[in-house]
Amino acid sequence: MSSASIIPNLLTLAWLLPLVAFAVICLGCSMVQRRQGQVPYELQRRAGLLSVGAIGAATLLSFIALFVWLGTHEWTGGAHGGELHPNGPPRYYADDWYSLVEIGSLKLTLGYYVDALTVLMFAMVTFIATCVHVYALGYMHDELHEVTDHEVNVRGRHLHRPGRFHRFFQYLSLFSFSMLGIVIAGNLAMVFMFWELVGICSYFLIGFYIERHSASTAANKAFIVNRVGDFGMLIGMMALWASVGTFSFGDIPQGDKVQPGLFSQLRNESNDFALVPTVGFVSPQEESADAKYPGYWLLTIAGIGIFCGCVGKSAQFPLHVWLPDAMEGPTPVSALVHSATMVAAGVYLVGRFYPVFTPEALLVIAYTGCITLFIAATIALTATDIKRVLAYSTVSQLGYMMLALGIGGWVAGMFHLMTHAFFKSLLFLCSGSVIHAVHTNELPLMGGLRKKMPITAYTMLVGCLAIIGAGLPIAGIGLSGYYSKDAIIEQALSFAKLNGPHRVLLLAPVLGAVLTAFYMFRMWYLAFVGPPRDKHRYDHAHESPRVMTVPLLVLAFMAIAAGWNVGPLCITGLLESAQPIGTAVGAKGSLAAALTIPAESLSHAPAIKQQAGLWAFGAAALGVLLATVFYCWKVMNSSEVASTFRPIHRLLLSKWWFDELYDWVFVKPTLAIGLGIAWVDRRMIDGLIHFLARCAKWGAGIVGSIFDVRVIDGAVDGLAALTWGGAGELRKIQTGRLRQYVMFIVLGFLALTFAALGVAFAR
Amino acid sequence: MVVGALLFTCGVVCMATKRNLLGVLMGVELVLNGANLNFIALGSPYLRSVEGSLGLDGQLIALFVIVLAAAEAAVALAIALNFYNNFQTIDIDHAESLSG
Repeated sequence: MSSASIIPNLLTLAWLLPLVAFAVICLGCSMVQRRQGQVPYELQRRAGLLSVGAIGAATLLSFIALFVWLGTHEWTGGAHGGELHPNGPPRYYADDWYSLVEIGSLKLTLGYYVDALTVLMFAMVTFIATCVHVYALGYMHDELHEVTDHEVNVRGRHLHRPGRFHRFFQYLSLFSFSMLGIVIAGNLAMVFMFWELVGICSYFLIGFYIERHSASTAANKAFIVNRVGDFGMLIGMMALWASVGTFSFGDIPQGDKVQPGLFSQLRNESNDFALVPTVGFVSPQEESADAKYPGYWLLTIAGIGIFCGCVGKSAQFPLHVWLPDAMEGPTPVSALVHSATMVAAGVYLVGRFYPVFTPEALLVIAYTGCITLFIAATIALTATDIKRVLAYSTVSQLGYMMLALGIGGWVAGMFHLMTHAFFKSLLFLCSGSVIHAVHTNELPLMGGLRKKMPITAYTMLVGCLAIIGAGLPIAGIGLSGYYSKDAIIEQALSFAKLNGPHRVLLLAPVLGAVLTAFYMFRMWYLAFVGPPRDKHRYDHAHESPRVMTVPLLVLAFMAIAAGWNVGPLCITGLLESAQPIGTAVGAKGSLAAALTIPAESLSHAPAIKQQAGLWAFGAAALGVLLATVFYCWKVMNSSEVASTFRPIHRLLLSKWWFDELYDWVFVKPTLAIGLGIAWVDRRMIDGLIHFLARCAKWGAGIVGSIFDVRVIDGAVDGLAALTWGGAGELRKIQTGRLRQYVMFIVLGFLALTFAALGVAFAR
Repeated sequence: MVVGALLFTCGVVCMATKRNLLGVLMGVELVLNGANLNFIALGSPYLRSVEGSLGLDGQLIALFVIVLAAAEAAVALAIALNFYNNFQTIDIDHAESLSG
C-alpha cells in the first residue's frame, strides 16, 4: 500500500475507534441502568477500560500514521525558511467517502483532508486524550459507587444518586470521536457537523453534575454562547458556498477529472498562489469596471464569518464568558475539552482555513486575539478558584494563538496550539489532583501542599514554567512554551516594524507574558508554598494514586520536550512543511492599503529573534519576580495593593463586568420581551380564545335547546308515539274469537275472488 | 269438483259455527280434503292437456296437503289438550281471554 492510502486509512480507523467504544457503552450500560437503576461496579469499570483501550489504540494508530508520514515525505526540518515552496504546494490527500445529500449543486459529503497538520493534530489529540482517560480512571473513582453530592441539598439532606462512571467515559469517547472528526474533516460542512457534536459533548460534560444548579446553568451558557458564534459561521459558509460553489478544502478526484476545492480555487497557481476572489464573488455587471472591491469585501466577510464560529468555540472576546463557567465540569473534562482540544478546534479551524482569510480579516483576528489575551490575563490575576485561574489562562493563551495567526505567524500559532495543549492539560490535571486531595477549588484554603504531594507540585511547576516560556534566550534552549511563545513575539515584532499604527499588537503579548508569569506563579505559590492556611484540609491531603500521577509525569515530559528538535521529530519543521501555499510570503491589504502582513521567515532574522527573545525573557522574569515578591517572600502585602488600586481590583474581580453587561444587554431584555409576550399570550390571546369558546358554548346551547329538543327529539318521539298508537288500534281487531276469524277468512276469500273476477271481466 | 266444493263449504260452515274445538278441527279437515278433491279433479287429464308433464302434479299436491293435514292435526290436538288442561273445557269461545 502506498502512503496515499495507508495514512488516511490509519487515521480513519483511529477516528472511528472511540465511536465504537461510545456505542458499546451507551447500549450496554444504559440498558442495565434502566433496568436496575445502578450499573454494577464491575461493568462500570469495564466501560472505563474499554474507553481507555479504544483511545489508546487510536493513539497507537495515529503515531504509526505520523511516522509513516515522516518516512515518506520530503520535509525540511525547520531550515527552509519559508521561501516560495520550492517543492510546490504542500502534500495532502483528500477524497470523499460518502455523499450525504445532493440538492442542485449543493453537495454535502463526508470526506477527509489529510496533510501534515492533520497527522500532527491526530497524534496530539489522541495522546492527550489517552493521558486524560487514564487519569480519569482514578479521578472519577467515586462515581463507581453510590454518590453523595455534598453541594446539592434535597429537602435538607445531601443528594444521593447512582454513580455515573460509565456515562462519563461514554461522553469522553463521543467527544474524542467528534474532535478527531473535526480534524480529519475534508469539507466545511463536515467540520460544521462535528463542530456541533463537540459542542453537545461539551454540554453533556459541563453538565455532568446535572443536579448542581451552577453546572446546568454553565452548560446552558456554554451552549447558547456557542450558538451565537455558529450563527456567524453559517453566514460565512453561505457566502463561501454561494460564491465558490464547493465546501471541500482540497481537490477531490472524480473519475478521471479533479473537482477543485476551496483552496485551489481561491489561490490559483496562475495567480502565483495569491488570494484572488473567484468569478463567483463578483456579479457579471460589475466585472467590467473596477470589479475587485465588491468580491474582495465578500471574501473578507466570509472569512470573518468563519472566524465568528472560532470566536465562539475558542472563547475569544466577546464570547469568552462561557469558558470559565465551563469549569463546573469534572477536572479531566476541563483538561481535555476546555483547554487542550475542543477550544483549540477554533484555532485549528482558523489555521486550516488560513488560505481564505484576506489581510483585513486577519487584522480582525489579530485584534480579537489581542483583546482576549489581555482581558483574560488581567482577570486571572484576581481569580481565587484554581480552575478559574487556569481557565482564564487558557482563554489568554488562545488569544495568543489567534493573535499569532492574525499577524501572519501560521507556524507560530499552530505550534503554540500544540505546546499549549500539552502544558495546559498538564496544569489542569495537576489542579485536579490538588482538588482531589483537598476537596476544594479555593486557593486561599490551600498552601504548603508541596510537602504532601510532591509529584503533583513539581509537575505543576514544570507546567507553569512551560506556560510562561521559560528558557535561556542566549543559549536558545528551554521548555516547549519558550519556543512557541518566542515565535509569536518574534512575529509580533516583525509585524510591528512594518505596521506602525498597529504597535499595540506587539505590546499586548509582551504585557500578557508578564501577567501570565505573575498569575501562574501566584497560583503555584498559593497552592504549594507557605504555611497551610486550612489545617484540617492540609492534614487530610495526600498524593494521588499512581493512575493519576503517571499521566502527570508523561505530560510533564511532553511539556518540557515538545519544542525540542529531536531527530526526525520536530514539530515546527513538520508544521512549516504543512503551511498553506501562498500564505508564507506575507500579503498586502487591498482595502486597508497600509496593512502589510509580513512573511513568517522574516521573523527568523537574528536581529528580531534576539530582541524578541530578550523581551519575552524579561517579561517572564519580571512576572515571576513580582509573584515571588508578593506571595513567597511576602515583602509586599497583596491585599494592601488591592485596596490601593481598589477600582481596578474590583473591575478585575468582577471579570470586567462582562457577565453583568451581557445580563443587562441580552438576558434581561430577552426575559422582559419574553414576559411581555407571555402577558400578551395569557391576557390577549387566551382572552380571545376564551371569548370565542364562550360564544361557541352559548351558540351550542341555543342550537341544543331548539334544534335538538324540538326537531330531533320530536321526530324520534313522534315516531314512537305513532307506533304505539298504531299498535293500540291494531290490537282491537285481535278479538280472540276463532269463528269471527273464520268469517273474516271466508269474506276475504270471497272479496278477493270477486275482485279477481271483476278484473278478469273488465279486460 | 262439485263434491269438493260441497265438502269445502261444509268445512267452512262447520268451522264458523261449532263451539267445540274438536268440531272446528274436523271442519278444518273437511276444508283441506275439499281442496284436495279440487286439486285432483283439476289435475286430471280430462280437464287439461298433459303435454310436457306427467299429469301427476294435482295428485302430488294433494299428497302434500295430506301430509300437511296430518302435521296440523298433531299440533292442533296438542294445543287442544293444553287448552283443556288450562280451562277445563274445549269451548273455543273461552279463548277470548287470550286476546291482547
